[in-house]
Amino acid sequence: MINTNNIIETIDMIENEHLDIRTVTMGISLLDCIHPSIDIACEKVYDKICKKAENLVNVCENISNKYGIPIINKRISVTPISIISSCTKQSPIKFAYILEKVAKKCGVDFIGGYSALVQKGFSAGDKELIESIPYALAETNYICSSVNIGSTKSGINMDAVALMGKIIKKTAEMTSDKNCIGAAKLVVFCNAPNDNPFMAGAFHGPGEPDCIINVGVSGPGVVHSAIKKCPNSNMTEISDIIKKTAFKITRAGMLVGTEAAKALNMPFGIVDLSLAPTPAIGDSVAHILEEIGLEKCGCPGTTATLALLNDAVKKGGVMASSKVGGLSGAFIPVTEDAGMIDAARCGTLKIEKLEAMTAVCSVGLDMIVIPGSSTPETISAIIADEAAIGMINSKTTAVRLIPAINKSIGEELNFGGLLGSGPVMNVGVASPLKFISRGGTIPAPIQSLKN
Amino acid sequence: MKAIITVMGHDQVGILSTISTVCANYNSNILEVNQNIINNLFNMIMIINIDNMNSSLKEFKEELESVGKKLGMKIHVMHEDIFNSMHKI
Repeated sequence: MINTNNIIETIDMIENEHLDIRTVTMGISLLDCIHPSIDIACEKVYDKICKKAENLVNVCENISNKYGIPIINKRISVTPISIISSCTKQSPIKFAYILEKVAKKCGVDFIGGYSALVQKGFSAGDKELIESIPYALAETNYICSSVNIGSTKSGINMDAVALMGKIIKKTAEMTSDKNCIGAAKLVVFCNAPNDNPFMAGAFHGPGEPDCIINVGVSGPGVVHSAIKKCPNSNMTEISDIIKKTAFKITRAGMLVGTEAAKALNMPFGIVDLSLAPTPAIGDSVAHILEEIGLEKCGCPGTTATLALLNDAVKKGGVMASSKVGGLSGAFIPVTEDAGMIDAARCGTLKIEKLEAMTAVCSVGLDMIVIPGSSTPETISAIIADEAAIGMINSKTTAVRLIPAINKSIGEELNFGGLLGSGPVMNVGVASPLKFISRGGTIPAPIQSLKN
Repeated sequence: MKAIITVMGHDQVGILSTISTVCANYNSNILEVNQNIINNLFNMIMIINIDNMNSSLKEFKEELESVGKKLGMKIHVMHEDIFNSMHKI
């Protein structure tokens, strides 16, 4: 017997609290498309993705209809293109064009995997791919790119860190007529997960099966209103409330993922239970922290409340499903979160506090607008700091900075849509040039020697 | 298999009759109805069997949604599995 209260609660979550399936992402291996001729390889990539993903959007729409829960994005992630392009011995930009074409053909929102994994060093094709990223992102609309520059096992590749500072800046410059949007589709990772369904960092990692369905669920609004109903609870009780809510959200994701995988005749991978905010009111992670008891996100207490939130979300998620993976936790993208935008505008939330928050959240410095005059070495040094947090704490960290070309502190950048808007944040003026020019590697920490 | 229909809006003559006629037209058996009216606000939860429907759940849902628009009421149709998944351990 279905309880009436449960029915009303579910409908309320979807109608009023923005519960949705944020993404169904099909991971597709392109390893069998490798060919020394780039044209033949591109043809194989196009055919394989078309064949596997032609029904993805339809299947998702049917499931959304059946269960009455919105599925916001349908996406594809592919094997990092540097692996596929390495034996062609030329710039992989043609792969970007073909991925763009196939994304349009399949009707998906994004395709991720214009990526390279260089945590221990560059192999054939990696540098060519990284150098082509600004062009790929400037000339396409659907492609997302990521580069993994460090890991707990390998340390941090500082040559790649130095290179990525230049690449991010160049990407922003090449898309300066479109609010520097290219940089919003480029993520630099430490400990990148192989099965992340969220963009811009999704790629189909080595070791994954040929094709797989991963699902990302969201629901900051649901957690927010659950906490709002209990104004006098202590922190132990708050943790329980979040766990119970996360359980329900994860189960919805699990149902959708299992059904999509069955309909598409491929295995179900993971549910990524991430509280992914949007700029809409009532869909903010910062507002959850403020509901717990902060006057403004960024004030003292922010790191502690975020740590509790992130951990409780994971605990509720793993109780609900044995297939929880990806990034799972709470995202803190500045421009995509109404509460973060407010806190950044009024100066409570600064980049230093955000860095501390990334030590306990599920990803990292995300969607932060920085002055257009920021030097590549400053960007690189921010990446190095963030990667160090990930490397030492054995967690994923990421950097997605948007240098706002021709804009300075106090001005704003507005992307519109889910990417939102935000003020240019201060990154300081002291130069880390010598540190970044040294190159080499920050060796893997002692934590890597677990054997 | 079952689906849940929820109806919310201003009370008026003929709501139950209109919804149940659509169910009958689609050969869907009504298993349970729970209805209340508070301050002229009509609320109904109906559980139906969808095993022997003569059309797809999608078409049935679209039909009910258009009926809802005519009546000025909010109508949801959802497969029971979403509630079972989210609320049962």
